[in-house]
Parts: sequence; C-alpha cells; structure tokens
Amino acid sequence: MNKVIFEKPRALGDKPLHYCAGCSHGIVHRLVCEVLDELELTGRAVCVEPVGCSVTADEYFNFDVVQAAHGRAPAVATGIKRSLPGNIVFTYQGDGDLAAIGTAETVHAAARGENITVIFINNTIYGMTGGQMAPTSLPGQVTQTSPYGRDTKTQGYPVKVCEMLSTLDGPSFIARCAVDSVPHIKEAKKAIKKAFEYQCGGRGLSFVEILSTCPTNWGMPPLEAVERLRTEMIPYYPLGVYKDEKGAE
Amino acid sequence: MGEKVLMKGNEAIGEAAIRSGCRHFFGYPITPQTELSAYMAKKMPKIGGTFLQAESEVAAINMVYGAAAAGMRAMTSSSSPGISLKSEGISYIAAGDLPAVIVNIMRGGPGLGGIQPAQSDYFQATKGGGHGDYHLIVLAPNGVQELANLTADAFNITDKYRIPVMLLGDGTIGQMMEPVDFDDIPKPVRYEKPWAVTGTNNERSANCVKTLYLTPSELEDKVVERYNRYEIVKEELQRYEAHDTEDADIIISAYGITSRVAETAVKKLRAEGIKAGIIRPITLWPFPEKIYKQVHPKAFLAVEMSMGQMVEDIRLACECRVPVYFTGRTGGIIPTPDEIIAKVKEIAGEVCPNE
Amino acid sequence: MNSCEMILAGFGGQGILFAGKMLAYAAMLRNRHLSWLPSYGPEMRGGTANCHVIISDDPVGSPIILKPDIMVAMNRPSLDKFEDEVVPGGMIFVDSSLIDRRVKRTDVEAVYINATETADKAGRKTLANMVMLGAVIEKTGLFSTDEMKETIIKSIPAKKAALAAPNIEAVEMGAEYIRKNK
Repeated sequence: MNKVIFEKPRALGDKPLHYCAGCSHGIVHRLVCEVLDELELTGRAVCVEPVGCSVTADEYFNFDVVQAAHGRAPAVATGIKRSLPGNIVFTYQGDGDLAAIGTAETVHAAARGENITVIFINNTIYGMTGGQMAPTSLPGQVTQTSPYGRDTKTQGYPVKVCEMLSTLDGPSFIARCAVDSVPHIKEAKKAIKKAFEYQCGGRGLSFVEILSTCPTNWGMPPLEAVERLRTEMIPYYPLGVYKDEKGAE
Repeated sequence: MGEKVLMKGNEAIGEAAIRSGCRHFFGYPITPQTELSAYMAKKMPKIGGTFLQAESEVAAINMVYGAAAAGMRAMTSSSSPGISLKSEGISYIAAGDLPAVIVNIMRGGPGLGGIQPAQSDYFQATKGGGHGDYHLIVLAPNGVQELANLTADAFNITDKYRIPVMLLGDGTIGQMMEPVDFDDIPKPVRYEKPWAVTGTNNERSANCVKTLYLTPSELEDKVVERYNRYEIVKEELQRYEAHDTEDADIIISAYGITSRVAETAVKKLRAEGIKAGIIRPITLWPFPEKIYKQVHPKAFLAVEMSMGQMVEDIRLACECRVPVYFTGRTGGIIPTPDEIIAKVKEIAGEVCPNE
Repeated sequence: MNSCEMILAGFGGQGILFAGKMLAYAAMLRNRHLSWLPSYGPEMRGGTANCHVIISDDPVGSPIILKPDIMVAMNRPSLDKFEDEVVPGGMIFVDSSLIDRRVKRTDVEAVYINATETADKAGRKTLANMVMLGAVIEKTGLFSTDEMKETIIKSIPAKKAALAAPNIEAVEMGAEYIRKNK
C-alpha cells in the first residue's frame, strides 16, 4: 500500500515561488509553514510581511497577511497582536527592513516584550533593490553601494542584532540559525518552533535570525553562496541561542 | 439630555472615542494634544482597551494600521510636526482602505514651529500629506461639544467608507474647556469587516491587507475604485454651517476656532449695518462646495490662522465668480474680531463703492 | 445679553487655572454658557500662567478674551501684562501680598486682597487662589459662597473629597475679607 511520507505544508499555497535559484527564502517560508501546521496554528496566524524580496510572500501563504511599510512590521504586528491577543502574529523581515530603517521599531517591540515572533532573514545585502550595502554587510563586502568593499572607517560596522537584543529584558527567546546544511536547517526549524511556542505561552517577543544566501546579488552560483555563508558569515555571526527565558511560563 | 460635564477638548475626544467603541489608542507625547494620550492612558486599562505610548509617531501610526487591519476601531493623535511623521503611515492606511481616526491638534509651523494654536496644516490635511493619489476625510470642529460629536461621527464615517478620517483641531480647541453632553453624541454604527485579518480559522481563504501592486493596471484600478468612492463621499458628506448669507455682500469663511472669532465680527458688522454673512465648513474634505455655488455675495473673505490655504478651495468652489480675499494671522496668533472687521470694511470699499 | 469676561493670571503652580475652572464649573451648574481657555506650554513651569473664563447668557463666540471685564493678578508680571487691557469700568483684583505696586488706571476699580498672606496665616499656604476666588465672587456677585461651595464639592473627585473642606474654607476667607473691607 502506498503511503504519503512527504507533502507540502497546508499553510503553504500552490503558487510557485518567484525567488532566485539558491535563495534561502523558499526554505524559510517552508519551515515557518511546517511549524504552523505542526502546532496547528495556521488558522490563527497573521503574518506581517516586510518591504524587500519577500514583500509578496502573502501570495504563497494560506493564512492572513498584512503588508507593512519598510521597517514598520514590528509596529504593525504590535497593533494586530494588541487587537487579537489570541492570534499568532509574526513578522518576516530582511536585514535592511529590520536592522536599518526599522531599527527603532525592532528594538522597542523587543523592549516592550511584545508577544509576537520575529523571523529575521539576514543575507547581508539589499536584494529587492538590486544589491546595495545592508546594515549587516560584512567588512570588506563588495556591493553596489560599497563598490570598493565595505570600509568600516567610513561605512561603519555590521549590526549584530541577536547580540544587541539579548541585552534587553523584554524578549523571551533569541536565536541565530542558518540554512546552509541539513543539520542547520533542522536547528532552524527547532528554533522557529520554539519561538512560536513561546508566543503561545505569552512569554514575550521571540526572535529567530536566519543567516541566508543571496547568490544573485552576491554575484556567485548557489553552491558558492552556501560556501560564503559558511566560511564568512557564520564566523562573524555565531550561531546559537542568545536568550532563552525557560522559566518565564 | 444627559448630564453636562466640563472637559477639555482633548479629553472630550478621548471620551467620545471610547463611547464610540474605540479600544485601541496609540500615542506619542506632543504639545498641545497630550491630554488626549493621558486621558486614554487612564481610561483604557479600566475597560480592557489598549493604550500604548509608542517609540515614535511613525510607530504609533503603524500600530493603528495593524489594529485597523485586525478590524478594530483604532485612533492616534498628534500635533503638526508629529503628523508629518505619521504621514507615511497615513498614506498606507489610505492605500489599504483601512478605517482609522487620526487627530491633529494643530500648532504653528513649519519645522518645530511653535506650540500655540494654528491652522497651517490645512493643505497637509486636505491635499495629501503623504505620497500618492489619496484623500482623507477631514472634520473641523469649533467647540468641545462638536469635537465630541465629530469624534463619534469620525468612527462611523471611516468604517462606512473605509477612508481614514482626520479630526483637525487647533491648540485652542484642544485646550479649552466647555460643557459637553456625551448622551448627545452619535451612536456607534456597526459595519461588518470581512476583509479584516483575524486569522482564517481554517474556514475561509486568506485575507491580505496590502498596498503594493507591481502591475500598473492593477494599481490604477485600485486607485480609480477609491476615487469613485471619493465621489460618493463628496455627494453625501459635505457639511457646513451658514447664516446671514441671503443678503450678504461679503461672506466670511472660517473653520474651527477662527469661525468663532468670525462670528463675533459678523455680529458687530451687522450691528453697524454692514451686510456680512458666514459660511463655516465643517468638512474640509470634502470641501462643502455646493453652498458656495448657492450664495451670491459680492466677495468672499477667508479668515485662517495661516498664510491662506483654505482660500484656494473657496476660489475653486465659487469658480472665481467673485473676488476671494484673505486675512489671517499665523505662527500661533489668533486673529481678532477687529482685524476681521477692518478687512471686511476695506473689501466693502472695493466691492460696494456706492453704498 | 449678560456676559462676563475674566482673565486670571499668576505664576504656574498658584492654582490660577483651578480657580478659573471653579468659575466655569459654577456657571455650568447654573446652566449658563461658558468657556475656559488656559495658556499652555513651557510658560506653565514657574512662568506666568493664565486662563480666560467667559460666562454668558448666550452661547460664547470666541473664547479668547481681548478686553476683560475682570482681571485677577496673582503676581506682578500678570498685572503689568494685563492692566491696560481691562475695559474701562472693569475690575482688577490684586494679591497685595505678592504685588508691590498699586493699579495705575483710574477708570477701573482696583481691589486689593492680601490673599497669600491670609492663606499662609490660616495654614493654607497653597490656597491663596481660593481666597482670591472667594473675594472675586463676593465682590462681583457672580456666585454666592454657597454656590461656590456646592461647585467645589461636586467638582472634586470622590477620592480627593478631603480637599473640599480647606478649599471651601479659603473661599470663605476671601469673601469675608471683602465683606469686612467694604
């Protein structure tokens, strides 16, 4: 007898993703949807999508979505969660959205311990606009707006968001993961699951940063991009759990 | 009639909003509207509502965007410089066809300007403020009771048309106390919000509140649909108060606190035998253009606490059939009845030379 | 038409706005038309504060007073600022314990009350405003002390009910001062 052993999560729609070959968004979309299904949260989920490559993520999801202005997703999510405390509210944001234009919203939602989940895609570059320097671009990284490599003397240093937010009392869970390998993808799923569980428990903001690839704007084939993530990004942005308020239930 | 209470304008907005079913208020301190935030901070926790002091006006308006998308009656308030910051979010709320109420208790500008009452955000309120093809419905009360009434109206109107409403007051209206009877304010009307993002509950297809349309024709269709709604609003919602216009040679037009100064001027002018009348727009958008076509003065005079902004709408509304003059003060100064009277007499010399 | 336009002015913290509010409240309880408009902003912090109170038989037009019928000055800058604005035949109430000069105008009635000293002596240091209020209502006949007593009781929230008695006492001191110095 045939048995279904692998299928698309119900939370994920049928529309083919528009993302570039080798882009991590597809993997992370899927992880989020799998977790929502497994925790039976899909019917209660409300996602706030950012401005960035995932600005049309709503087209792929079988749950409610609100599109926010650039950087404002945590504020929008705050408004939704305060209105619908029984729903599961999460933002899905890139590095420009979350760590540059939306820094204030990110930090203050975290400081308030707003009971939402933030999924943070860090690929060290502005993808949607075609490859400009991001707040998380590595020192020396060549982009359209750092054509000679990010010069820390004039362009400053990358923002380490997990490290920064973990100094605050508001967040309940902060972790940095990567999607460059099967073990890391499994770790990432575990972290996402925990983040949503913490929201269900009303523990306050849960935050998962996911180191991701952008082969197109990095100017390299997908496999090389995965290699860069592994050899350049992970050493600068160490993976791990930065905060876990286990006893807060 | 219920019991009258003595209240500041800013507080009356808060009470009227609560009575209208508003349970979500997101604020940020700024003079001269702060009493509203303070009132909400005190009341909301007692009725299971949300008062949140945001990290910025930008965040506050986006929290309103979120709460409105979730189907709630949500409100934020600020004063001129803060409204500039909110303008981004207001554009998104308009683009998302979300109902929301935004209060602007105006002070002098541009820049930090001053903290005294002004009406220099008329253009910002009625012509845009944020980017893109959109309008707000703009209501301009001239006293505390009307402020309460229009706050209640604002929530009904914004839910009905899915167009954000701005309550446009000034420092005087916000700060002054007058008796107000909350039993007199319009009752909340319930509108279904099937578009709200409340979770699918696995029973319906997903809702999405969005403002990005990458296909130009799709965006054009969206905007055109909204403008069709604006036409309905223009037909249904023009509000004004007018008197002594029948035989008037000169009709003064003023809104908000300035209209009360103008009232005093008109009384004195009539006592002197000068035929002056008054039209007070209550909706600034839609501008009450119909009444300007029905009256036949020899001239109009706009009186504003700005360098003259509404004067342009009066010219458009009367189709420049007669001259439209302007007088006013800016920077936080309220014009006096004597200044208005002098201007009317000067105009009378020009337009009624033989009288 | 019977209408009375009053400006009350003093240092921020003297309770000028509260005294004005009591006049407005009393008017509301008697079903009269009224408006109360405060100055606001940084000038409130230790600078001069003032409020405009209009009580009228007809609806109030502009709440901004240009020519007050009655002026209450609780510090020197206020008297300097508003003395010339009072209508001829109007009244100026001066807290003579804080203001070291007399009213210059001869076409208005000047009323001197050592309100702050009186309040101090009675151990009600912070209630000079209510002493002035008592003097104003007694002198003008705007409201009786009983009406003001009722106003104070009704306007003070239940939690702070204990504050009513000293306020009423201060109003009575002001009214008494006028009666004695007729």
